[in-house]
Amino acid sequence: MRRLSVFNVVAVALGLAFLYLPIVILVIYSFNASRLVTVWGGWSLHWYRALMSDRAMIDAAWTSLRIAALSASAATGLGTCAAVALTRFGSFRGRLVFSGMVYAPLVMPEVITGLSLLLLFVALGVDRGFWTITIAHTTLIMCFVTVIVQSRLVSFDRSLEEAAMDLGCPPLKTFLTVTLPLIWPAVAAGWMLAFSLSLDDLVIASFTTGPGATTLPIRIYSEVRLGVKPEINAVCTIMIAVVALITIVASLTTKRGALRRERAALGAQV
Amino acid sequence: MSAPGKRSWGARAVLLVPYLWLAAFFLVPFLIVLKISLSQTAIAQPPYTPLFDWSDGWAGLKAFFAALSADNYAMLGSDALYLVAYLKSIEVAAVSTALLLIIGYPMAYGMARAPRGLQPLLVMLVILPFWTSFLIRVYAWINILQRDGLLNDLLLRLHLVDAPVAWLASDTAIYIGVVYSYLPFMVLPLYATLEKMDEQLLEAAADLGCPRWKAFWQVTLPLSLPGVAAGALLCFIPITGEFVIPDLLGGSETQMIGQTLWTEFFSNKDWPVASAIAVALLGLLLVPILVYERLQQRTIEGGR
Repeated sequence: MRRLSVFNVVAVALGLAFLYLPIVILVIYSFNASRLVTVWGGWSLHWYRALMSDRAMIDAAWTSLRIAALSASAATGLGTCAAVALTRFGSFRGRLVFSGMVYAPLVMPEVITGLSLLLLFVALGVDRGFWTITIAHTTLIMCFVTVIVQSRLVSFDRSLEEAAMDLGCPPLKTFLTVTLPLIWPAVAAGWMLAFSLSLDDLVIASFTTGPGATTLPIRIYSEVRLGVKPEINAVCTIMIAVVALITIVASLTTKRGALRRERAALGAQV
Repeated sequence: MSAPGKRSWGARAVLLVPYLWLAAFFLVPFLIVLKISLSQTAIAQPPYTPLFDWSDGWAGLKAFFAALSADNYAMLGSDALYLVAYLKSIEVAAVSTALLLIIGYPMAYGMARAPRGLQPLLVMLVILPFWTSFLIRVYAWINILQRDGLLNDLLLRLHLVDAPVAWLASDTAIYIGVVYSYLPFMVLPLYATLEKMDEQLLEAAADLGCPRWKAFWQVTLPLSLPGVAAGALLCFIPITGEFVIPDLLGGSETQMIGQTLWTEFFSNKDWPVASAIAVALLGLLLVPILVYERLQQRTIEGGR
């Protein structure tokens, strides 16, 4: 039954070409010596050198990386707790509200989330900037972490946990010594997804930012509005390289089977 | 971990910390948006009235409620600009979702029928662009679609057109950008359901003399409907509120509602109207969001 049909091969090949061609073109043209997009002026690292002296862009990148690392870590903690609560606590009061709050941000238009968080910060009288973006990102991306960790917890052999507890292991120790090592690939995948989502976000950061806190996407967006620039191609290429590197490291360090399961889960639920 | 009611403090914290976090930063902000959508614009900081003053006590609360009004919503209903933007958003979301299904289904089907060993690689190839920046992926298309961009260059060289075509600032560009950005969101849920499907059903159909197209129509397609629903909702809901894609690729004559909200907020500094737009958009999407949550609960929590 499982034979290659021409239709299937063509469908997948065309789909992947559509997904990758624009990115490949962008990467190639970041090495273009010419300032004009259509004119190929030979290979050059000119735009990367120009980037190195672009203070504002480097500051923005640094801000983005710090926000992403902080909010991804906070979100992984919160999201893992939420996933444990949803899969191990059975029914509890307010469960429906809780799961509603976990799943809604996954599809909620960003303009709504961004606006509502900004109005909260204004109502609280908080100075907007680095920390408000970090809190906003944590809120959004913890839901993605929850979904990934949750799908791992659901498909997991609970008799191991039960055996540990029957032998008198306290719940916290059971979690740390039995559960966590087993769900670790999902937690790691959740952190990495959270990191790249935070690094990527423009809309929520634009709403919740304040003076002095310009993230990389905000900076790129303001440049892109003025037109295509080869420097932007170079920044984008670096960002793509970073993400590709993270993904490759992730595939090498985590067990293949486990990672595959996380990906399939991500596919099913995100 | 233990029976309800006799949970330890540690176990309670596991639930309470994320619960309170989401309540504080996801639920409460919506109530504030709702409240501000009923306020009036003011030249002040923050730019709306009334402000609730705790020190006035009961009288302050009464005055506060008396000052709320539905004027902003009346304006949304009466000004054609907003209505057009809402309709435009729904149109773009509906057409894009249909396009995504047409493009995504064959791709997901092909992936699910690929050799087992190849499938993880294919899934990773579809997910990888999802991990790279949304903004970058939209920007990549500006390179291609702009007036002296690569598409026009190619078409001119092939003598398919005589003069450069204005691809950017058009609905076509929006559709290309949306379909491109959301394709992984459509393909992955579809693949997940198609991959789980029992192939013996198709063999049985073939053994009983059912032609392949008919077997697809009567067996595969109905069985993949949960994936179709998940993919469609996962695309339709966020596309309706999309801002970046229409802003960078679309034209200026018709705006989508996400852009209208953005403009009211950032350019016109009219926070109450921006809030009213957000509430109305949420009202529009409430049913799809609830359906999506129901599906999500069933796929994850209903066991697999």
